[in-house]
Amino acid sequence: MEQFFAALTLSAGYNTALVCAGAALLGAASGAIGVFVLLRKRTLISDAVSHATLPGVALAFIIAQVYFGSGRSLPVLLSGAALSAGLGVLAVDWIKAHTRLTEDAAIGTVLSTFFAVGMVLLTIIQSMSIAGQAGLEGFLLGATSGMLRSEALTIAVAAALIGLALVLRMKEFSLLCFDDGFAAACGYNVRWLDRTLLLLLLGIVVIGLKTVGLVLIIALAIIPPVAARFWTDRVPVLVAIAAGIGASGSYIGAALSASAPNMPTGGLIVLVLFSFFVVSLLISPVRGILAAALKHYRFQRIVHLRQGLLAIAHDEPVLEPLTRSILRRSGFMGGDGQPTRKGQSQARLIERDQKLWNLYREMYPEESHALADWSLKPIGKVLPADTVCLLEQELSPHVVRGGETGNGGAG
Amino acid sequence: MHDRSSSGLHLLHDTDTSKRVSPKDLPFAVQGMTVAYHHKPVLWGVSYSAPKGCLTAIIGPNGAGKSTFLKAALGLIPKLSGDTKVFGELIEKALRRIAYVPQRSAVDWDFPATAIDVVLMGLYGQIGWFRWPSRKHRQKAMDCLKSVGMQDFANRQIGQLSGGQQQRVFLARALAQNSEVYLMDEPFAGVDAATEKAIVAVLRQLVADGKTVLVVHHDLETVRDYYSHILLLNGQHVADGPVETTFTSENLQKAYGGRLASTQLDGLSEASNS
Repeated sequence: MEQFFAALTLSAGYNTALVCAGAALLGAASGAIGVFVLLRKRTLISDAVSHATLPGVALAFIIAQVYFGSGRSLPVLLSGAALSAGLGVLAVDWIKAHTRLTEDAAIGTVLSTFFAVGMVLLTIIQSMSIAGQAGLEGFLLGATSGMLRSEALTIAVAAALIGLALVLRMKEFSLLCFDDGFAAACGYNVRWLDRTLLLLLLGIVVIGLKTVGLVLIIALAIIPPVAARFWTDRVPVLVAIAAGIGASGSYIGAALSASAPNMPTGGLIVLVLFSFFVVSLLISPVRGILAAALKHYRFQRIVHLRQGLLAIAHDEPVLEPLTRSILRRSGFMGGDGQPTRKGQSQARLIERDQKLWNLYREMYPEESHALADWSLKPIGKVLPADTVCLLEQELSPHVVRGGETGNGGAG
Repeated sequence: MHDRSSSGLHLLHDTDTSKRVSPKDLPFAVQGMTVAYHHKPVLWGVSYSAPKGCLTAIIGPNGAGKSTFLKAALGLIPKLSGDTKVFGELIEKALRRIAYVPQRSAVDWDFPATAIDVVLMGLYGQIGWFRWPSRKHRQKAMDCLKSVGMQDFANRQIGQLSGGQQQRVFLARALAQNSEVYLMDEPFAGVDAATEKAIVAVLRQLVADGKTVLVVHHDLETVRDYYSHILLLNGQHVADGPVETTFTSENLQKAYGGRLASTQLDGLSEASNS
């Protein structure tokens, strides 16, 4: 525990601090890129990319071993990883373009084949009985223990560069993800934009291999944006939150791993990220489960309030206890069960609003069917002013009052 | 296949496009466009030139290749043959002079963006790489939202807008591009009457400003009220020209075949042109 806090506060030695900082930068960059991979609906291909790195790592190790006497050079291994991952992506693209197979089928085939080749090569390496091969297993599940300073520095710098490249292209990537047809019609080279995005992702996967491992690196790109999506409806904010979650999750995970060297770093990081996801899922005010429950409670309250007021407007008795108590608490009904003056004036407003809604539903059944909150909110807050104006005219052709009706209603 | 293309229909468009005008004055000229999906032709040798400064409806039965025609002309989908020229330039080099409004169903509206974010996308081409929208750009986007009556919804997440409102946002995005040629893919699909009115008003304003507008249109009953010209497609070019002379029961019969009852055809083509 003490060691964990020491690592967390960057006081567990220079190496550990560097590893943690590198992991944080890696997490930030992969979270930011993950946003666009997610919005482009290509999360599966990142899995293919990561699994396709294995044969490259193994081959690079063998070649380096044969020609240089030692295979354990991170730049060489990562170059091998990048090459075979690129090959994997091209294979997926080729299958998709030249057969009628869908992308997920192509990904499944390529992913498992590349991984199988990698596993076979790993076994061959193990039977070669050479020094330094032990480090290779770290590429599967991630291991930061024994990471060299230069390695940690390489990871940090590369992650920072990739993140920067992404932020500079954020505008174009958003356009690509939202509406690729429009992007193409604006003159953007959609194919090339897609390739750039994949290239950045590939870069993240490759530099993340050592820290998180190829089996779990996809989690680093997917969980942060998925968790962040609970908190916002804007792309730039989404990128910032995803980068923040990715950074803090990787940082804490790496610190944990520093205090427990026997645990796989990748697994720890993913578990921390997952906890961020669970927290977001539960408490996010925008899309979280608790917020949804609260919204349901409010929704029920609005329905009761509105139906109670409509009953008052029609001079009908309000019998349901929940409706009565809500009306009383809002000051629309006195203790004697009779509507107050405030309640009566509110009832008239709501009645008018309801009439407009009914008219709208009558005139545009298809359109109103698509509306989620018809007749729950004042009509002027849901429909554009010109539509409301049209309805007003339809309802009472002699009085035109613009789009004001209903603005004072229950909200 | 060849005997089909050498039929009378083919001759008809040859005479239509052989007017003596400089290519630089033709806002949108498509030459010999053929598109196939999996070796099945969808569009066969379509040649067409849009009249400058006019509001033209592209009509035809389901599967006639109306949307495909726009997409292929823009280069969004691969074509087997043909090219598009915009004021004499190949379209690939003249995309800035074109604004395209895709079908509303082409995108996922759960995307994390607000209405004004989407309109700003229409300005990305002007903003350029590596730069962010400025206050001036936001103001311009806001003006475009205003012209489609959506200014009050600028900061609403697009998934929470109704279908008609989403279509208006798409239209505002195209307005932001401030192009010379507007290509719209079924802007009236599934929208309410107020939105339809608002869109028609915008289209008329565009034409009044001298823009050339082509709209894929489904509802034959409104063709006469909304448009001055039509292009009739049915996998091939059937006819094009002013509504009065081209929107005839004879041409509609050619495009729709037995899919329209003859009484329907008579009603449509003989409707008064008030």
